[in-house]
Amino acid sequence: MNIRALPLYVTIAIFLLAYLVCWTQFPAMLSTRVIGNLLTDNAYLGIVAVGMTLVILSGGIDLSVGSVIAFSGVFIAVVLRDSTLHPLAVFAMLLALTTAFGAAMGFLIDRLAMPAFIVTLAGMFLARGAAYMLSIDSVPVVHPFFDWLEGLYWLMPGKGRLRLIGVVMLLAFAAGIVVAHKTRFGTSVLALGGGEATARLMGVRQGRTTVLVYAFSGLMAGLSGIVFTIYTGSGYSLATVGTELTAIAAVVIGGTLLTGGAGYMFGTFIGVMTMGLIQTYIVFDGSLSSWWTKIVVGVLLLAFILLQKGLVKLSQDRLAAGAGR
Amino acid sequence: MAGLMRRLAPQLVALAALVGLVTAFYPAFLDLSFGGGRLSGPLVDVLKRAAPVALLATGMTLVIATRGIDLSVGAIMAICGAVAATAITAGWGLPAALLLALGAGAAAGLWNGVLVAVLGIQPFVATLILMTMGRGIAQLITEGRIMTFTDAGFAWIGSGTALGLPVPAWLWIATAAAFALVLRRTALGMLVEATGINRRASGLAGVNATVLLVAVYVAAGLCAALAGLVVTADIRGADANNAGLWLELDAILAVVIGGNSLLGGRFSIAASVIGALIIQTITIGIRLAGFPSEYNLIIKAVLVLVILVLQSPRLAPEWQFWRDSLRAARNRPADGKGAAK
Repeated sequence: MNIRALPLYVTIAIFLLAYLVCWTQFPAMLSTRVIGNLLTDNAYLGIVAVGMTLVILSGGIDLSVGSVIAFSGVFIAVVLRDSTLHPLAVFAMLLALTTAFGAAMGFLIDRLAMPAFIVTLAGMFLARGAAYMLSIDSVPVVHPFFDWLEGLYWLMPGKGRLRLIGVVMLLAFAAGIVVAHKTRFGTSVLALGGGEATARLMGVRQGRTTVLVYAFSGLMAGLSGIVFTIYTGSGYSLATVGTELTAIAAVVIGGTLLTGGAGYMFGTFIGVMTMGLIQTYIVFDGSLSSWWTKIVVGVLLLAFILLQKGLVKLSQDRLAAGAGR
Repeated sequence: MAGLMRRLAPQLVALAALVGLVTAFYPAFLDLSFGGGRLSGPLVDVLKRAAPVALLATGMTLVIATRGIDLSVGAIMAICGAVAATAITAGWGLPAALLLALGAGAAAGLWNGVLVAVLGIQPFVATLILMTMGRGIAQLITEGRIMTFTDAGFAWIGSGTALGLPVPAWLWIATAAAFALVLRRTALGMLVEATGINRRASGLAGVNATVLLVAVYVAAGLCAALAGLVVTADIRGADANNAGLWLELDAILAVVIGGNSLLGGRFSIAASVIGALIIQTITIGIRLAGFPSEYNLIIKAVLVLVILVLQSPRLAPEWQFWRDSLRAARNRPADGKGAAK
């Protein structure tokens, strides 16, 4: 068995097991309604986690995404309020802006050779500050096109509603899987995460790859902002505080190595769904308090980090044994 | 002493420039008055309000000096505040409440330290776990409520006055001074620096890096506990959701403004607490000068960027070249162009 895929199998097993436990207590959990809601409610988190997975695979981190989502919401709401532009034009402007923002952070990380953690921290302050500058108050989005988007859904068998934003998330994951695992760029990203020196020797263009990775994360954060705005129907500069940490947790629970170089985009999808499932269970139960979500997610995080630590050590020991022979 | 002043010069100049700038917009900024046994004025307010970040920055300086980072200090503040408030409302008395809170902080630091030093998990990841879980644990302790109390002794820690200055100000000054003395009057500080520069080499040189690392995270946990006590005592209530929220980022920023390298090694606690004062002066200054507080985050972002450019290992040779050519130009007489040919 491929040892690298083990965290992915563990992730899938935990998700299925958790679903089984939920189903034995609440048979209604296994309805397309619940599944439809699971996809809708976690759409923005899933999309941003796609970008985060690529960043983490490259050995970096992007702390700015939560602020970028909030900025996107405020930007869309304010531009729609103060101009007569069509929402699609606003979306295009926003995605160009957030992608350029991500690319700029990638450029700084590469050029200054500073930790991604602190560069994207500056990005986090900047995006949140820019959102405050646009508007401190929550701005409602009033546009017929938005209402149409919000009401768009496909009725699954069993009366479950697969809404547009759920579909966008699934498409984002499909795109993420192709980019990460089927393209030359994805291979460069994984090589970079595995070790900068070896990647350079392999002929990976380090600067270009770093810029593209953060640009991709910025694009996904912008898309997530659009989805979040459709979901909530307003733009608020204090929204999605801490989403970057939830996304990082989802990526790790999905089996991606936090030091980079190994992991699967599909695992992140399962990670996001597992976190959504915990919340759904708490809602179904009714007597449990919401803080249990944080604790359970923290425990899962610890379990996966320890599992990966063990696996890395195992493979290193195997390598050492091989070298000694 | 001269060496210390030279080390602190950029931070002190920045702080003085900021105070000057704020005074230009709001002349009453420098007003101090003495009444009712205490000093009051905007500057005293800066000293008081800087307490949580300055306390966190003291511990964070050590963690960063070992090439680590502690993201969980904000969550630890919430836990310790919750523990203290619960103990006070349960009627266990002030000493027990304070000891329990400090114990909780030390335990949280021990947890982080064991993950980092014994299990060998990267600090960023290891402390992320407690950052995610911590507020859940704090809510578990307070059962999801904002736990309020009326104990005058505890409230004194957050809003009392001693010898003319607010108690929180004394608390952070004393803590930072105690840490600086213990680290600089013994070999401990040097050992911390050695571990940060190269853990393996310092281990081979006989430093017990594992124990040292755990101790550093415990110290950060204790500092976070003190900060949590100050915040909780100030509002006379433990707010598990908002106590210390995002303060870990301000603490890291204070350490970085203090000129400490994120890549570990040499550190200065004095510079870090001046960094905390700079952040607080910006926050209060923006409000007093009549600007909207939204500028705060943008200014912080610009500050981080400037420091990044100054610290960048890739730009270091260029700074060096620039400095050398400046020095050469100064040493050379005005008509000495011929020497360059």
